[in-house]
Amino acid sequence: MSDQQPTFRFSTSATIKHAVLILGALIVLLPFYVMVSYSLKSPAEIMQNTGGFFGAQIPFRDDYCVKLGNAIADCMVTPWIYNYTTAFEKAPLVRYLLNGVIVTVSIFFIQVIIALPCAYALAKLKFWGRETVFALVLFCLLIPVHAIALPLYIMLAKLGLTNTYAALIVPWTISVFGIFLMRQFFMTVPDDLIDAARMDGMGEYSIIWNVMLPTAIPALMAFAIFSVVAHWNDYFWPRIVITGNRELFTPPLGLREFKGDADGDNFGPMMATAVIIVTPLLAAFALAQRRFIEGITLSGMK
Amino acid sequence: MSNIRLNTITKKFGTTDVLKGVDLDIDDKEFVTLVGPSGCGKSTLLRILAGLEQPDEGQVIIDGKNVTSMRPADRNLSMVFQSYALYPHLTIRQNMMTPLKLRDLSTSQRLPLIGPFLARKEYKELFSQVDRTAKILKITELLDRKPGQLSGGQRQRAALGRAMVRNPLAFLMDEPLSNLDAALRVHMRAELTQLHQRLGATFVYVTHDQAEALTMSDRMAVMMHGKILQYGSPEDIYQNPANVEVAKFIGSPAINILSASVNDYAQICIQNLILDLFAPTQEPNITIGARPEHLTFCDDNPTALTGFVQHIENLGADLYYHVKIKDEQRPLIVRSAAGNGKRHQIDDLVHVKFDLNSTLAFAADGTRLQTHRKLMDELAS
Ligand SMILES: Nc1ncnc2c1ncn2[C@@H]1O[C@H](COP(=O)(O)OP(=O)(O)O)[C@@H](O)[C@H]1O
Ligand SMILES: [Mg+2]
Repeated sequence: MSDQQPTFRFSTSATIKHAVLILGALIVLLPFYVMVSYSLKSPAEIMQNTGGFFGAQIPFRDDYCVKLGNAIADCMVTPWIYNYTTAFEKAPLVRYLLNGVIVTVSIFFIQVIIALPCAYALAKLKFWGRETVFALVLFCLLIPVHAIALPLYIMLAKLGLTNTYAALIVPWTISVFGIFLMRQFFMTVPDDLIDAARMDGMGEYSIIWNVMLPTAIPALMAFAIFSVVAHWNDYFWPRIVITGNRELFTPPLGLREFKGDADGDNFGPMMATAVIIVTPLLAAFALAQRRFIEGITLSGMK
Repeated sequence: MSNIRLNTITKKFGTTDVLKGVDLDIDDKEFVTLVGPSGCGKSTLLRILAGLEQPDEGQVIIDGKNVTSMRPADRNLSMVFQSYALYPHLTIRQNMMTPLKLRDLSTSQRLPLIGPFLARKEYKELFSQVDRTAKILKITELLDRKPGQLSGGQRQRAALGRAMVRNPLAFLMDEPLSNLDAALRVHMRAELTQLHQRLGATFVYVTHDQAEALTMSDRMAVMMHGKILQYGSPEDIYQNPANVEVAKFIGSPAINILSASVNDYAQICIQNLILDLFAPTQEPNITIGARPEHLTFCDDNPTALTGFVQHIENLGADLYYHVKIKDEQRPLIVRSAAGNGKRHQIDDLVHVKFDLNSTLAFAADGTRLQTHRKLMDELAS
């Protein structure tokens, strides 16, 4: 059976399905293609839309370098090297990336520390008003962030917390989505497992961290991706609470460094920055892909 | 020493009364079975005993101490669940270590990595306890596997192991065998009984399977709709059921129930048949119960019921004949040893007589009526 050649059969419906999927994939990938391509090309090639994907990589004159009074011969640069080095030189990109890591990781950890006990209580403990509390959680899911941004900002400002890491982290530490997702997952954990832990002598918190958390890893991975992607890529909130202090910029704010300068838009380095920003996420996704899909289908638990 | 007393336990879930005043006395080293149909409150009672559920009223008393408001872990009971409830992310060894660690080690000694380093002696002792238990249950080679890599029967043993390691006062088991296949279930019955003898511990065992209750227990409590209907040895409950519900529930195939009447001489009559059996009751309408082994085929005579063979169940050693009696809805089931006398065929006309010493009579409300072979007995007493 197994060494038999799989027979190729043409199927119209399968072909159409794949054509549609490929088209969809192309539409989604096109901006990424442009981003990567621009990050490799010289400004002239970007403006004139020439040079294909990689650009000709012909060295060009860096006007900024010339303005600083260097000899023209010293200021000839290869486009892709120029774009990526500028990305790191012009803005403290490493610092931004570090900020991004600090902020997203802190947000995720505090979210988990808060969401797991809440979800456990909502799924497995009996108390008066539990259904009402859960209804409130569902209600909060419907509130868009932008609606409460201004009051949040004012509160943070009154507390003198703007331009701090706290301003970037604290508003996101309670994730209703996380509570909801984990609650739904905990509902599927058998009650007997919890009772067995109680018989063994575990307290409720011990049950959360030693029994529920390990069984919930697939769901947590899914939540981690949602949370990390959302906050790593967030431009809106950091833009509001971080004013001026470049030390606290997150990677998306870093992109702004290349926008509207006196010497015009500088697309090459900007796109290089964008590539650098999305790469960690893509790498993380590639590593966690299997877990991520398990988490989304929640079929890892059986 | 560990005798357990449950004192008029009541429990409501919302508006439904699940337990309506249950009393139960369990002696030290006894194997007690709670048996009853699904939904009668057995699990709830066991969970109240374990401390996983609070009773609305009543007390749980262990060794003379009222433990009603004590946490489950402090009662030193262990429980085996129907779904085994092993921690899926831990190996069997770690599963068995968990209750020991939580009981015997301090918080700092339980810390990962440095804990085992700080308390090497304690950990060694715990490991050897786990190994000893594993040896008794013959699961030593499974210790390093995770529950997901075990078969149902192996998981069952591992769950028993986790319950056994810490030498509890009593073992509570909630339908531990119902997820196993039939052959393994019968095998595990014997093994659990042997384990009970070997450990000399108190077992409280919940099941809906009357055969398990009959084969395993020292005493069994038959529960129905939130009450214990009868509590006694399996023989006693089988032969002397306190009411018709117990009689119907215990025994397989089920007892034959026939409606009957009592005539002016206190004689029991079935249809036109007058039995040589007396029941001291004023009520004219009663029911009688006769187990399949207490009915025998006979020649036509005035004390036998007549009917047709409708169906024959052949169990190898025994044959169960379903005999359709005129005007009775359900057929009578008659047991006959396979090698015994003449084989009847389907549609044969047969005559069935009662073993009057074992025939049971119940009043219209289901309570048991004493029967006598002679009216004189009753008059004399
Ligand atoms: N946590 C609960 N909430 C509401 N009703 C329950 C709960 N647990 C059990 N019941 C109800 O109590 C009754 C007895 O349940 P249980 O003790 O599990 O029965 P058994 O183990 O004898 O099958 C059932 O009708 C069940 O629906
Ligand atoms: Mg049950």
